[in-house]
Amino acid sequence: MAPIGTLHYLVTAASLFVLGVIGVLTRRNVVIVLMSIELILNAVNLNLVAFSRIWGLHGQVFAIFVITDAAAEAAVGLGILIAFFRNRETVNVDEVDLLKW
Amino acid sequence: MQPVATTFFFYFLSGLTLASGVLVITRKNPVHSALALIFGLLAQAGLYLMLYAPFVAGVQIILYAGGIMVLFLFVIMLVNLERSQKEEQFNKQWLVGIVAAAALGVLFVLVYMKGADLFPVRMTLPTESNNTQEIGVMLYGQYMFAFEIASLLLLVAIIGAVVMAKKRI
Repeated sequence: MAPIGTLHYLVTAASLFVLGVIGVLTRRNVVIVLMSIELILNAVNLNLVAFSRIWGLHGQVFAIFVITDAAAEAAVGLGILIAFFRNRETVNVDEVDLLKW
Repeated sequence: MQPVATTFFFYFLSGLTLASGVLVITRKNPVHSALALIFGLLAQAGLYLMLYAPFVAGVQIILYAGGIMVLFLFVIMLVNLERSQKEEQFNKQWLVGIVAAAALGVLFVLVYMKGADLFPVRMTLPTESNNTQEIGVMLYGQYMFAFEIASLLLLVAIIGAVVMAKKRI
């Protein structure tokens, strides 16, 4: 069996990314859509850390910045979800159409 | 220290990550999705350890599995409806969505097949004993400005979340 190289990690991350995209495009529950976005960000992090083994620690520093972004995004997204739930009593994305003409 | 059974641990951890990813996007109950996501994040922390990134692995466990997922679980408790579990879980364009995601996957496969020799199998073996120290030096040296911007971003996110979740704006 081939030794585990960078490509193995990249393929894992790509599969995780595609799973996250499927979740974002097909689910109706906003909470699960946000969790799928976390999956996508994690796939990116895995790529960055895998590359940091070839080209130095910059990838790991950037992965920490991506985690910071994920925390900010989750806090604001869930805040919006709570505000919306208070108004419309629903958590489905396709019923979030107040701005749709 | 030379790693042992790298192949086994890689396939075990990445299989766990992908399996929990599938569970996240297929479960009806959001609490089950959140628990599956926590498992996936922990398995991914193991992958980071295999890549000689102990600091990122620790941050992953503390911040993601400990912080962000608790936030998710709290919000699920706040907005969880019995009704929403009886409704249709997938929206009307789910077929188009899966086709688009499959196209993206084919693109990834093509890129990685054409460019496989861009990613060398031989990897440098960085020292993990001073990994945290080196990341700290880079964060406070070369990436000082980005670090400050990140703290500003977190401040904005705190204010935004509090304002959004307030009863009367």
